Amino acid sequence: MTPLVLTLHQRPEQRLDLSPLVPQRLAGKSANEIARIELQTTRVRVTVGDAFRLRMGDAQHVRIEGACDRLDQVGAGMSAGAIDVAGDVGIRAGRLMTGGRLMIHGNAGHWTASAMKGGEIEITGSAGDHVGGPLAGEVAGMRGGLVIVRGNVGARAADRLRRGMIVVEGGAGEYAGSRMIAGTLILRRKAGALPGYLMKRGTIILGEGARALSPTFADCGVHRLVAMRLVGAYLKPYSAATAALLRRPLRRFAGDMAVSGHGEIFVGNES
Amino acid sequence: MRTLTVKGIRIDDTFAEAFGMRATAVIITADTARWARQTAITMTGFATSVIGCGCEAGIDRPLDARATPDGRPGVRVLLFAVSTSELQKQLSARVAQCVLTSPGSACYAGLAGTESLRLGNALRYFGDGWQISKRFGGKHHWRIPVMDGEFVCDATTGLTKQAVGGGNLLIMGRSAQATLAAAEAAARAIEKVADAIAPFPGGIVRSGSKVGSKYKGVIASTNDAYSPTLKGAVKTALDADIASVLEIVIDGLTSQAVADAMRAGIAAIVKLGPKRGAVRIGAGNYGGKLGPHHYHLKDLLP
Repeated sequence: MTPLVLTLHQRPEQRLDLSPLVPQRLAGKSANEIARIELQTTRVRVTVGDAFRLRMGDAQHVRIEGACDRLDQVGAGMSAGAIDVAGDVGIRAGRLMTGGRLMIHGNAGHWTASAMKGGEIEITGSAGDHVGGPLAGEVAGMRGGLVIVRGNVGARAADRLRRGMIVVEGGAGEYAGSRMIAGTLILRRKAGALPGYLMKRGTIILGEGARALSPTFADCGVHRLVAMRLVGAYLKPYSAATAALLRRPLRRFAGDMAVSGHGEIFVGNES
Repeated sequence: MRTLTVKGIRIDDTFAEAFGMRATAVIITADTARWARQTAITMTGFATSVIGCGCEAGIDRPLDARATPDGRPGVRVLLFAVSTSELQKQLSARVAQCVLTSPGSACYAGLAGTESLRLGNALRYFGDGWQISKRFGGKHHWRIPVMDGEFVCDATTGLTKQAVGGGNLLIMGRSAQATLAAAEAAARAIEKVADAIAPFPGGIVRSGSKVGSKYKGVIASTNDAYSPTLKGAVKTALDADIASVLEIVIDGLTSQAVADAMRAGIAAIVKLGPKRGAVRIGAGNYGGKLGPHHYHLKDLLP
């Protein structure tokens, strides 16, 4: 299966909205039709043909080469197929995605996986603030699927997470898992201050603890839980190091007691 | 009845008559293989016959730690009942009373089916609000806090309507000891067959029954035609040299599993031979009009 390849000519003058370039919206289109798709976010018209060199292939597998942080909404709304990106991407990559696989060989901006519903996103670099989080006015953030970030993430990762799993192999900024409704957030390295701020339910797992844990989380002792083995077994093909973390004894904190206290933070090696 | 002889053992030219059933499977794991097995034995206790127990249940096979969802040693258990509602009732009661209660246990779906039965979805209320729902990788399970940590249980398990109950072998020998040796050999062989169980004690039943009774209101009574002490008094099915009869009843998730189990059982009896084991193998049926599944012994010979 030859992928459909889009190679960016040069860093665009304006931010581009790449949400039309998802497999289900490209399926059945000719090279000419694809080249005419508009991507501009200002009044100056920019088409796929203007910004990219296009090599036709199977639209189920889209490859974007030479990407840069001005390409926003990469893979947004994707329902099936695969998108591979070589380079960085801008904001809202994979937003509202319902299926398929988005692979970014680079860094991603803010609101990556925002309100995502299903599918998988992998980022080899780092991601910005609000990974999986809702935009202003939305009730819930991510509600399904899996996000793997090999680097670090910014503040408020998994904000208002409702379902699904976010795994960060690096560390995180402050307020990781803020206002979580349910779901799972795993941070292998150290988190910033106050993880789980006002979380209702859900699970946060911190491999190396946090800079400051809110006093509204109650220590429930150290445990080795079967549930962690299940998460580990699921994650092993994606992140062997995370799977190894989950086999160790973890200290459980219940909270946020400022809300309902049904959420939990597990902490590995406390330092 | 015509018979044929295989390695000195007489095989009746007859068939086992079996019925369609509803079945499900669960995987029980624990910290050790011993506790996984103990939990499964407790859960499948008092589950020999749907007539008096509500369901028929047994251990399908032990599972290596690598073959279970949580990487701990486990056991796969099969449950059979005559209706979906009775199967649900038995599954919920048995998991709640025997698996939830067992130290370190966890319970997972053991069957993928288009239809499902409630597992954790029925048990989660034990958590009294502290239960935690987790969904990932296409699975949904519940975490219920208990006194030794947490009980983890899949939300649902699969249901099959293709299951078959009532495959059987009648094992006849010259002495009680030899007949039991043959029946044990057959039960051990059937244990190894996937998707099939023999629900009676150790896989063996000694009180085969016939339909009806001389007493009003008794629906089943002793199978006098196969009772050696009545050989001279009733219209017997036994030869002069038969002193003891044991039966193996087989339930399977598919008709093929029942046939495979019967084949394995016959092969084990034949292998043991007539000197140390049985001299004749038969099967029970009701004339062929009641059950849709017929297993002819002559088709199942080794």
